[in-house]
Amino acid sequence: MTSVQTPAQDGAPTGPSVLKPATEAQAHEVLRWAVAEEQPVELVGGGTKRAIGRPVQAAHRLDFSGLRGISLYEPEELVLSAAAGTPLAEIEATLAARRQQLAFEPADPGPLFGRPAGTQTLGGVVSANLSGPRRIKAGAARDHVLGCRAVSGHGELFKAGGRVVKNVTGYDLPKLFTGAWGTLVALTEVTLKVLPAPEHERTLLLLGLDDAAAIQALSSALCSPHEVAGAAHLPAAMAAGIPGAAEQGAAVTAIRLEGFAPSVAYRAGLLEKALGGKAATAALEGGASAAFWRAVRDVAPFVARPERAVWRISVAPRRGPAVLGELAARLGAEGYYDWGGGLIWLGTDPAGDAGAAAVRAAVGGEGHATLLRAPEAVRTAVPVFHPQAPALAALSARVKQTYDPRDILNPGRMTAGI
Amino acid sequence: MEMPKPDAAVLARRVELIGALRRIVPGEGVIVDADELRAYESDGVMAYRQMPLVVVLPSTTEQVSEVLRFCHEAGVKVVPRGAGTSLSGGALPLADGVLLGMSKFNRILEIDWEDRCVRVQPGVTNLGITTAVAHRGFYYAPDPSSQIACTIGGNVAENSGGVHCLKYGLTTNNVLGVEMVLMNGEVVRLGGKHLDSEGYDLLAAVTGSEGLLGVVTEVTVRILPKPETARALLLGFPTVEGGGQCVAEIIAAGIIPGGMEMMDRPAIHAAEDFVHAGYPLDVDGLLIVELDGPEAEVDHLIAEVERIARGCGATYARVSSSEEERLTFWAGRKSAFPAVGQIGPDYLCMDGTIPRKELPRVLRAMTEMSQRHGLRVANVFHAGDGNLHPLILYDANRPGEIEKAEAFGADILKLCVDVGGVLTGEHGVGVEKRDLMPYQFQPEDLTHQQRLKCAFDPDGLLNPGKVFPQLHRCAEMGRLHVHRGQIPFPDIPRF
Ligand SMILES: Cc1cc2nc3c(=O)[nH]c(=O)nc-3n(C[C@H](O)[C@H](O)[C@H](O)COP(=O)(O)OP(=O)(O)OC[C@H]3O[C@@H](n4cnc5c(N)ncnc54)[C@H](O)[C@@H]3O)c2cc1C
Repeated sequence: MTSVQTPAQDGAPTGPSVLKPATEAQAHEVLRWAVAEEQPVELVGGGTKRAIGRPVQAAHRLDFSGLRGISLYEPEELVLSAAAGTPLAEIEATLAARRQQLAFEPADPGPLFGRPAGTQTLGGVVSANLSGPRRIKAGAARDHVLGCRAVSGHGELFKAGGRVVKNVTGYDLPKLFTGAWGTLVALTEVTLKVLPAPEHERTLLLLGLDDAAAIQALSSALCSPHEVAGAAHLPAAMAAGIPGAAEQGAAVTAIRLEGFAPSVAYRAGLLEKALGGKAATAALEGGASAAFWRAVRDVAPFVARPERAVWRISVAPRRGPAVLGELAARLGAEGYYDWGGGLIWLGTDPAGDAGAAAVRAAVGGEGHATLLRAPEAVRTAVPVFHPQAPALAALSARVKQTYDPRDILNPGRMTAGI
Repeated sequence: MEMPKPDAAVLARRVELIGALRRIVPGEGVIVDADELRAYESDGVMAYRQMPLVVVLPSTTEQVSEVLRFCHEAGVKVVPRGAGTSLSGGALPLADGVLLGMSKFNRILEIDWEDRCVRVQPGVTNLGITTAVAHRGFYYAPDPSSQIACTIGGNVAENSGGVHCLKYGLTTNNVLGVEMVLMNGEVVRLGGKHLDSEGYDLLAAVTGSEGLLGVVTEVTVRILPKPETARALLLGFPTVEGGGQCVAEIIAAGIIPGGMEMMDRPAIHAAEDFVHAGYPLDVDGLLIVELDGPEAEVDHLIAEVERIARGCGATYARVSSSEEERLTFWAGRKSAFPAVGQIGPDYLCMDGTIPRKELPRVLRAMTEMSQRHGLRVANVFHAGDGNLHPLILYDANRPGEIEKAEAFGADILKLCVDVGGVLTGEHGVGVEKRDLMPYQFQPEDLTHQQRLKCAFDPDGLLNPGKVFPQLHRCAEMGRLHVHRGQIPFPDIPRF
């Protein structure tokens, strides 16, 4: 290993630098140095999510894309471990070859941020905990993270969790680090629970429903025993950007069923009987169904509207229509629903606060709203993540302090202090 | 097993502390009488006993908050307790500590059908939740065998599992939110009816934290619609390895059963003698596989599983033909602990998890250990997820036998770690496995766990002596060990 540039005598190199370790030991070495010298670092994998969160001010960028490779994959044990910089595409292809998958259906955020698709890494996926439409049935990214190796802001390399699903040996730190946006530890390796991929999928579409009726229909589907694995509603303008929905020329309410073919056919029949009286129906099979949900997952309607700021709002499902309705009226915003109404993708005018005051007022304390895409100036001025009650905010700050006392790791990414 | 030394100053102030606690929780909510305190001296691990300083039974979040704030200021330790069914000594009292019983928090606060969740107080039993929603075809999925008695607060603290966790997840995958009181009396709400709150996932950290981070005063769980149908297969194998092979092949075929449980010969015989479930007695391994879902799917999968089982050498196969028969299949498994208790007279229940493929090796080693320690062992497993429950039989009245049983248990758990598994799959570390933690974790791994505690309870007053073998001071763990000029700039590629 050779040094490309010699640092200045005081330890700090001149100007911002990108460090690209090729091994865990090197990543550890960099972070030990950063802690010792109090040099903040920005942690980067594929860089697809660099524009999410508050802008990080750091003189150094630690690029994990050199730390790659699947170190363990045992299909019959439903477990996979890989270095943090491993491209997700590589992991998904490896799993697909054995007809398995990451059941939380991670979105590919690249295109939403004007970047190419297929470039994100495992570390980024886990650090963001962004889960796709199957979240409602299979759980979030965090539910599939079994273990990890990481370097904390103490400059120490350690492991947490394990490689088995049933494990209550000590605190569940791997889940805590999931969704922490690299502000607590730098993940070097992650162990995931993987699952069989469904043999077949079919999506039932209900056409022309208004938001309230649609969310009610989704709710009754989700209250049925038919194991719904996707429940979204797209008002007509939003549906226009989604393959399989655009052709319908109307609002589309979509219910996905997965599993063994006879079971899917049987459940689809029952659901259509139960819900079909309320609206015209259509169906998407196999590949067409998969393409539809990929577009819902990757927020395609707002990939097509690059001028909009994008909010990701999570509320109790039945509150969905009221929240979106209020914001459409107040802000001229537009959006669609996933997770049976509980997840709203909202587009607003990025000027001013990008609608933050109205969005946060509409969501209140029972839910959260993240300003996922917005110009840097807005993300600097407006809290990107939902503001927390004082006691919880103080507790979160103490958790940051305990793992990263010198504020070395992605400083300021989540809030001004974190 | 040693607990932290009682603080003589606290013991000396008992009367004064009781007076102060009575001002917060009036009437019968403060228990001081030795006879009444005795009911709290142990949990599910009867081998460990300790009388608490005093028992307090609050009934509101405000009271919990005031009790904790008071104890925090007075430097008094607190041990939370649900139903006291812990199998790791998690609710074992401290001589100089307040035992905070949550039994009065027994109300279901809200059933939200449309959003498919229930808000309850932590003292509601696990089964109580399912009972409250069953009339509309819903249930709460994690189903520990102790579900009649154990509380949802205890389930959150232990991240409890059950036979249906293979398909539907553990407590942590089914809890949406909690209200919790920190040791300093502050009340925080984590999560809620919505999914995936941004900010640190403290809910995940609190679930399974064994009462060390805060006292849970409210829980929101998701409920699921009951599957249309469920049927079970009873499969007998001439060797436990055959059963293990069958489990691996079922999963390799892309099938995730609702439940998949295994018993070895001693456990089969004990269960059969106890409940007469009709188990075959001429097999060494018995597998119960439950398939649930729509009729069409269950029919299809039952046939698939039976075919796989035959291929793995099953000599016995029976499919439940009625709901009653399905429940009979389970009756033996669900009462396996008390059944083994009958042949005991005493038993220790272990709880390691291993990668499934290691099952044959671990079982062989266990047989050898059983001979070496001179004690019998019966095995029940959550086979689908590799969680073992070896039950070590001993006689507490024979001097030295409990120590022998503990040594045998420790050998089993170390073996679980050696093959890539963990010390505990669902029962928790508590005091029982505390001193084995360094076998699974390096010092820096444990330090990073203990640092979390510092953010929640820096004085270490909440449930001390559990989970961690050594109590480090937060000030020491917060100190950085690397300083300027000590480490040269890393010699790696830069751009
Ligand atoms: C016969 C039998 C069978 C069992 N089967 C299973 C099984 O199948 N699966 C399984 O996972 N477990 C099983 N267990 C273990 C036990 O039932 C579970 O761990 C259960 O969750 C404990 O609940 P509890 O209310 O009894 O808690 P307790 O035993 O009272 O306490 C357990 C821990 O939780 C903490 N605690 C309790 N309430 C709170 C609160 N409100 N806030 C913060 N901390 C709290 C306590 O401090 C303690 O550390 C079994 C136990 C028995 C006796």
